[in-house]
Amino acid sequence: MKSAEEIFEMLKGEFGDSILVLDNDTPTEPIISVDPLQIHRVSKFLREHPDLQLDSLMCLSGVDDANGNKVTNADGDELIEGGTLSVYYNLHSVSLKHKISLKVSTSRTEPKVESVENIWKSANWHEREAFDLLGIFFLNHPDLRRILMPYDWDEFTTEVSRHPLRKDYKNPEFYQGMKVPY
Amino acid sequence: MGLLDKEFSDGNIVIAKVDDLFNWARLSSVWQLGFGLACCAIEMMATSMSHYDFDRFGVIPRNTPRQADAIIISGTVTLKMALRIKRLYEQMPEPKYIISMGSCANCGGPYWEHGYHVLKGIDRVIPVDVYVPGCPPRPEALLEGLLKLQEKIRNESLRKKSA
Amino acid sequence: MALKTEHMVLNMGPQHPSTHGVLRLELEIEGELVNKVTPHLGYLHRCFEKHAEAMQYNQVVPYTDRLDYLAAIGNNFGYALAVEKLLGIEVPERVEYIRVIMAELQRIASHLVAIGSNGADIGALTPFLYLFRDREHILSIIEETCGARMLYNYIWVGGLSHDIHPDFVRKTKEFCNYFKPTIVELDNLLSYNKIFIERTANIGVLPVDTAINFGSSGPTLRGSGIKFDLRRDDPYSIYDRFDFEIPVGKGLMGTVGDCWDRYYVRIREMEQSLRIIEQAIDHIPEGDVQSAIPKRIKPPKGTVYKRVENPRGELGYFIVSDGTVNPFRVKVRAPSFVNLEVLGELCKGYLVADVIAILGSIDIVLGEVDR
Repeated sequence: MKSAEEIFEMLKGEFGDSILVLDNDTPTEPIISVDPLQIHRVSKFLREHPDLQLDSLMCLSGVDDANGNKVTNADGDELIEGGTLSVYYNLHSVSLKHKISLKVSTSRTEPKVESVENIWKSANWHEREAFDLLGIFFLNHPDLRRILMPYDWDEFTTEVSRHPLRKDYKNPEFYQGMKVPY
Repeated sequence: MGLLDKEFSDGNIVIAKVDDLFNWARLSSVWQLGFGLACCAIEMMATSMSHYDFDRFGVIPRNTPRQADAIIISGTVTLKMALRIKRLYEQMPEPKYIISMGSCANCGGPYWEHGYHVLKGIDRVIPVDVYVPGCPPRPEALLEGLLKLQEKIRNESLRKKSA
Repeated sequence: MALKTEHMVLNMGPQHPSTHGVLRLELEIEGELVNKVTPHLGYLHRCFEKHAEAMQYNQVVPYTDRLDYLAAIGNNFGYALAVEKLLGIEVPERVEYIRVIMAELQRIASHLVAIGSNGADIGALTPFLYLFRDREHILSIIEETCGARMLYNYIWVGGLSHDIHPDFVRKTKEFCNYFKPTIVELDNLLSYNKIFIERTANIGVLPVDTAINFGSSGPTLRGSGIKFDLRRDDPYSIYDRFDFEIPVGKGLMGTVGDCWDRYYVRIREMEQSLRIIEQAIDHIPEGDVQSAIPKRIKPPKGTVYKRVENPRGELGYFIVSDGTVNPFRVKVRAPSFVNLEVLGELCKGYLVADVIAILGSIDIVLGEVDR
């Protein structure tokens, strides 16, 4: 069993600059920030190192940080420009019983994160969900399609109504002839 | 007005109106499409199981729309599902009846405001005969809905579907 | 001469009596053998996460009911624990005891439906009727306390919506006594039924390492023979005070991790739930169940991931708070969502009819798969 600080030191020693920061401020659990294009290497290390054995990905969540500038476009819709989207990974080791959270942040305009699908299979659908609802692209994902929303959602929607969990999402008026708002 | 106008002495011959006879046959064997959507489907299952026994009203689940008379929309209808429900409805033979069960199917229920993927009421896609309110409705409420549907069928005529 | 078979695609669902809701499976089959299964989700996507962002913390509770609608108490429980962890509050002993008893009652009710529908899917309709009869007992006990049959909105952040009914203790004990022989009856009726064993033993074998890699949890994981139960391995609430066993699949009728093992784990789990209830029911302390409910829920900035053992597996809530009265983001790690992912691996090389047995043994609830 290892604490978050020990894991952070191990990662810092192994990867140096791509491990950014250990955030101990949150009231509940420490989070290690990682470079979005290095997450695959880091994850592989976390899973395969004999002292860590983080073999189970409990949860993978995409979050819209909504920390950009609010602007109003020509149609009067309020949009968020710039800022970041984040992905949180909650890991757990079945045999050693320790836990750790990772976080990657990527730009909102071109959100690209490395996929960890071939390390933990359970990431497959979680990543598809984050792509579907937040529009985060996972590089090297074998099957990055929408999962919950209809496959043809894009055909009936505009830029502001692509990804529903973004904070500036706006409902489209119609989908396949059915009215969407109440 | 009962079903039988006249019964002859030996009991083998009865005289009834065609309308009444058809309606009686239809309302006492409403075969529903065995098809659940969400939470309400569990209450629908509970209604057909031992405690409430839907069977005594002649309601038997059929697994294909082509043999079904009624469809109970039991739960939230999403945009993705609405297209499928429409197709199922179109596959059913006439006469066909719809019971909308639960607030979600009636009007979107708790998902009316922020439900970007929820159809706000199944009546936006297919016509509904009986609305059963509740989230989810108790089995008794669903039974009441069925009785209302039977009442509706009883007053039908061959020339006009709904009285 | 060998029979020539043809590769074809078979569509199962979203309207299909054995898909446990509105799941659509695309089966690629070679004759009767399944080559590949592609699940298509989203037919019940009710936008829970968007709602959670728009509501205040306490208003989210009724929506959590509707995730896994067969185990609503478990969902409330997980959410309440997550927000309480974020707020850093303790709840009174009485609340803890009532929560545990309710959660275990709900676990039995949920397993009854799971077992019943697993049997009904592959042709054993009779047990289904018996099990729904028993489920009604539990529903009426809970209904007496909180007024709803299925979606309770019972466990609130910091407390409970109602104190228990004065008759609750007596009725729960009565139920425990009633239910023990029923499990034996169920064993005779279904578990050791020759046809049922033929249909489920050696079917859909899930090896341990695949199960862990795919993140499976709950009876799906324990059926593969691993003793992993969050009530024991990551104890929450007061589960560490009770004495209970964790049943695992042993391959009694075939291979470890087959459909029968997953089914059997659920039956034995119901017995353990009864054990927990019996240990707790006599020791409910006095107190006020609403004393710790905060007037205004405004947690500090931060994130929390809290998981509980729901009947279907590990239910996790990942909550991001930005210091306001609304959650900034709530992500649900739904056990069914993750367990369903392994279906493609499980069905490979089995017959089309086995897909139904396998799907039933994983026991998904579409409300939480699609959220």
